[in-house]
Amino acid sequence: MTARIYVPGDAGAVALGADKVAKAFADAFARRGLDIQIVRNGSRGMFWLEPLVEVVTPFGRRVGYGPVKPSDVETLLDGGMLDGQGGPLSLGNVEKIPFFAKQERFTFKRVGLTDPVSLDDYLAYGGYKGLQRAIELGGPSTVEEVFQSGLRGRGGAGFPTGIKWRTVAATPPQQKYIVCNADEGDSGTFADRMIMEGDPFQLIEGMTIAGLAVGATKGYVYCRSEYPHAIAAMNKAVLAARKAGYLGSRVAGSDYDFDMEIRQGAGAYVCGEETSLLESLEGRRGLVRAKPPLPAHKGLFGRPTVINNVISLASVPFILAEGAKAYADVGFGRSRGTMPIQLAGNVKYGGLYEIAFGVTLGELVDDVGGGTFTGRPVKAVQVGGPLGAYFPTGLFDTPFDYEEFAKRDGLIGHGGIVVFDDTAEMAKMARFAMEFCAVESCGKCTPCRIGSTRGVETLDKVIAGVDRERNLAIVEDLCHTMKLGSLCALGGFTPYPVMSALTHFPEDFGRGSPLSIAAE
Amino acid sequence: MTIGQSAAHGAARGRYEAWTPARGTEIIADHLALEGPALPIMHAMQEAFGYVPQDAVPLIADALNLSRAEVHGTMTFYHDFRHEPAGKHVVKVCVAEACQAAGGHATSAKISEALNCGYGDTRPDGQVTLEPIYCLGLCACAPSAMVDGRLMGRLDDEAIEEIAAEVRQ
Ligand SMILES: Cc1cc2nc3c(=O)[nH]c(=O)nc-3n(C[C@H](O)[C@H](O)[C@H](O)COP(=O)(O)O)c2cc1C
Ligand code: SF4
Ligand code: FES
Ligand code: FES
Repeated sequence: MTARIYVPGDAGAVALGADKVAKAFADAFARRGLDIQIVRNGSRGMFWLEPLVEVVTPFGRRVGYGPVKPSDVETLLDGGMLDGQGGPLSLGNVEKIPFFAKQERFTFKRVGLTDPVSLDDYLAYGGYKGLQRAIELGGPSTVEEVFQSGLRGRGGAGFPTGIKWRTVAATPPQQKYIVCNADEGDSGTFADRMIMEGDPFQLIEGMTIAGLAVGATKGYVYCRSEYPHAIAAMNKAVLAARKAGYLGSRVAGSDYDFDMEIRQGAGAYVCGEETSLLESLEGRRGLVRAKPPLPAHKGLFGRPTVINNVISLASVPFILAEGAKAYADVGFGRSRGTMPIQLAGNVKYGGLYEIAFGVTLGELVDDVGGGTFTGRPVKAVQVGGPLGAYFPTGLFDTPFDYEEFAKRDGLIGHGGIVVFDDTAEMAKMARFAMEFCAVESCGKCTPCRIGSTRGVETLDKVIAGVDRERNLAIVEDLCHTMKLGSLCALGGFTPYPVMSALTHFPEDFGRGSPLSIAAE
Repeated sequence: MTIGQSAAHGAARGRYEAWTPARGTEIIADHLALEGPALPIMHAMQEAFGYVPQDAVPLIADALNLSRAEVHGTMTFYHDFRHEPAGKHVVKVCVAEACQAAGGHATSAKISEALNCGYGDTRPDGQVTLEPIYCLGLCACAPSAMVDGRLMGRLDDEAIEEIAAEVRQ
């Protein structure tokens, strides 16, 4: 076996120079006449250490180094890196780093460990065990297994995946579809991207199991165009899976047929909403559809369709392979299993942290994330993307759980946490939320389309100090109308960031002690 | 994956083809076997020509048996599709929340200044198109940008100078 060294091909690592580091290693190996394979793995999710290079020593130990710059390469090699020897960049066994060691990696267990587009690696690390079990169980029992696991949709709404699958399974046999929502538009989130780049076969396996479970033979992944690396990795993996008989007719030698395609979005946030996504896949403007009919009954091209988030589908192989109980055994309240939490923005240790539900927001931001990278106090965190609420540190005792966040007028969404330090101006963040809604509105309903534009104008007046109380009353009224009168959560949830900013940071809007903003 | 992999697509600088109806028709024909071919066709057009030419609209409408209004509506709905040729370089800067939290306001302003180009504009000399983008999934390496399809994270003054130098070429 040729020696291997791992240099992440994850887009985050690449943005921090991993391609240049890989090239520097390739050049150095050529100069030194060394026959060493450079594997472009996924990221271990510790972005403050990227590019994080790992070597496998002759004794089979895996040792990490990071963050590595191209100019470090010769020094590292001279310092005995290939034998796992130390040095200032040495991290030892990266799985022992506390950020990593404290996690419960169910869905991300292979990400960063394997060559993402090698089917052999996937199989060697437990891949396709879930599909084997699903084939043995058959469709109905597979649906029940997913139901028993308690898995709830990770795209934001938290709807039980098993119930969705039951609904589609119960429709009469006909062309049915599995659609994977890989639009991941929320700022502060990148878990879907990391799965597609770091373990694409797991998503393929999850979709194949879904197809078998509900009687669908065709799948689509709708991936946002901002993710070219993810699209490339998915396409490679689909080809490899098809070649090896894991996609196509008689999948893995069973009596089931399933194949899939990767499609690219076109930069519209609203196309992450499931019915808008279906419109887009069909080739139209991404106008949100009224429900009913549910996509489960009339979805893509009017056919019964399971539409699930990347992480929902990628969680399924574990559930099938290890059993529903193993998944449901961890968690909090009605939130079962694990959540890949994404720590982002102004955070010292930013990255992906997969853990059972129930961990508190404060533990995540302060203990795991280490506070801000600017070293200033945390002022607010936005949880759940652009439609999520801003929470002050006073709410840091909130457990990460769908219901607990809802009780405090927030949401966990897709699990992104964006950290802001005390220089953040919350009235401007509220304005941004309205502006984002105005830019991304599909235009179908008035409260969202017009309300958001009025919201921007009115908040501009508030920020300029014009007739503050009267204008804030208008903002509150607009939020109320948007919340109740919008067809989908873009218009309906934009009030969350706006109202939470106003409720928790009134002084930033000139209420109470008239501070900061007034000067501008 | 292979070494130094680059994104599968992106602005292939200066290598756009000139629009011809024949080439447009060919691109459409390549995608007709797909279910829901409209977006894949428009992406392929933009890939080839750097934008989706207005003249392509009636061709797509004919081929897909849609009205021109529908095709025009689809094309203009999506932020990705350009209606005019892009500059030689395309710089997309993330302006979403996580990048803002990491000092993105100042960074995006500096980039605009360094390139002498406003957001949503193509510089009159055709050298660069500057676009705002809402999240590149690099939120733990913020602020971030995509320059001619290449990703850049933790943008600092040095990185901004690197972008400006690339755009000068
Ligand atoms: C404006 C808007 C944007 C959304 N964006 C996404 C997205 O990017 N990814 C996603 O999985 N779900 C997104 N959703 C939620 C989907 O509508 C839907 O609930 C989800 O795809 C269902 O899959 P799940 O049950 O596995 O979560 C969005 C919803 C709204 C209203
Ligand atoms: S709330 Fe906004 S995005 Fe949603 S359907 Fe209405 S107009 Fe479209
Ligand atoms: S009819 Fe035009 S917005 Fe409702
Ligand atoms: S918010 Fe800028 S990359 Fe996600």
